[in-house]
Amino acid sequence: MFRLDAGSGVPIYRQLMAQVRQELLLGRLRPGEQLPTVKEVVDALAVNPNTVAKAYRELEHEGLVRSRQGLGTFVAAAPSTTLVAARPALLASLTRWVGRARAEGLSAEQMQALLAVALDEPTVAAEDRTGGGVG
Amino acid sequence: MTAPVLDCAGLGHRYGRRGPWGLRDCTLTVPAGGVVAVVGPNGAGKTTLLHLAAGLLPATEGTMRVAGAAPTQRLEQIGFAPQDAPLWPHLRVRDVLGIGAHLNPRWDAGLADDRIASLGISPRARVSALSGGQRAQVALTLVLAKRPELLLLDEPLANLDPIARRAFLASMFEACIDSGAAVLFSSHVIAELERICDHLVVLAGGRVRLAGEIDQLRRTHRVITGPAGWPTTQPPAALDASSTDGGWQLISVRQAAGRTTALVRVGAHLLAGPGLDAAEPTLDELVLGYLDQRHPDQEPSRQDPRSQLEAPA
Repeated sequence: MFRLDAGSGVPIYRQLMAQVRQELLLGRLRPGEQLPTVKEVVDALAVNPNTVAKAYRELEHEGLVRSRQGLGTFVAAAPSTTLVAARPALLASLTRWVGRARAEGLSAEQMQALLAVALDEPTVAAEDRTGGGVG
Repeated sequence: MTAPVLDCAGLGHRYGRRGPWGLRDCTLTVPAGGVVAVVGPNGAGKTTLLHLAAGLLPATEGTMRVAGAAPTQRLEQIGFAPQDAPLWPHLRVRDVLGIGAHLNPRWDAGLADDRIASLGISPRARVSALSGGQRAQVALTLVLAKRPELLLLDEPLANLDPIARRAFLASMFEACIDSGAAVLFSSHVIAELERICDHLVVLAGGRVRLAGEIDQLRRTHRVITGPAGWPTTQPPAALDASSTDGGWQLISVRQAAGRTTALVRVGAHLLAGPGLDAAEPTLDELVLGYLDQRHPDQEPSRQDPRSQLEAPA
């Protein structure tokens, strides 16, 4: 389920957390479902088990998963409805935007770069978050 | 966290009564279950540190404790694999394991045999016929079958290709999950360290330049990119309007392509300034930044310490 981007500069535990959140938002992970065990992730990615455990611990702090002693880590909560279903207007306007960008000849990579700039727009707010340990 | 599995304070070792110091003033802690990378160029003191931890060298000054006692009193809890895994090339794998069983009272023969079998290595194969990756795995098996609480591995990844490296790490980590062992390993390769360790020690010239938990180190450092000439072109005070907590410390500066890139240690507040961009450093940036650092007590270096490091791909 997980993939790592070594060149992204994003700490690995945050990459793992972001991917679980993404799966939840897209409805591919549902409440009660089990996350891969730490050992399974270690086996697949050759990654430090403490890093995987940290990602799961932080997700638990966020209330998204719950670990059951000896059994594993399970999805505790999910958005009441998936993001796609809950935000049809936003998705529609984004789809129109992508259409326009494509018409102007932008690649997917260039669109993502523009989105990253837009996300960074209120710089102070974005920087305040970096100290919190949650990306 | 429970008591540290290894802690040393003011630790130093001198080779001979008047010889060179291999390591000086070394203070660090390895938490139970932690995975600690010791990085630095050749001659930085990595092997000296591991030998001190393994009880193979005495401390000339300071203290080294493993599970609360001198390493020589904790030999059964320590699993040490020296560099290049010297393994009696003419022996068969099962004979190597037999020697391990003979020498170690806590030897777990089932673990050793299962591990060799699951790796697809024939117990009848001669060590000399094994690949580099297989030899590394046999050496790790020798160490793991002692069921140690602390693994000390000297350059375990040095001669492994990327696939063998992945296989080695995955099997080492799985063993650590089962046993809860901590790992202290040295490496001159800094590629992929981020996925391997949770604590970092940067050594250079026999001294600890940086030591700590990686996420903590990243939070307390920034890579600043700014116009050429920074920070001499701007008074540092102007950069940190909120230096109530001690402000910041410049670690190292690189000038390239009309831009300045600096590694800076920061307090609770971030640096800000016109034309400056601050980002959390990657692990590579931390390591290289601290190896660039010039120390007042350091003789002018004739050789760039970075030149001996294998940069990340």
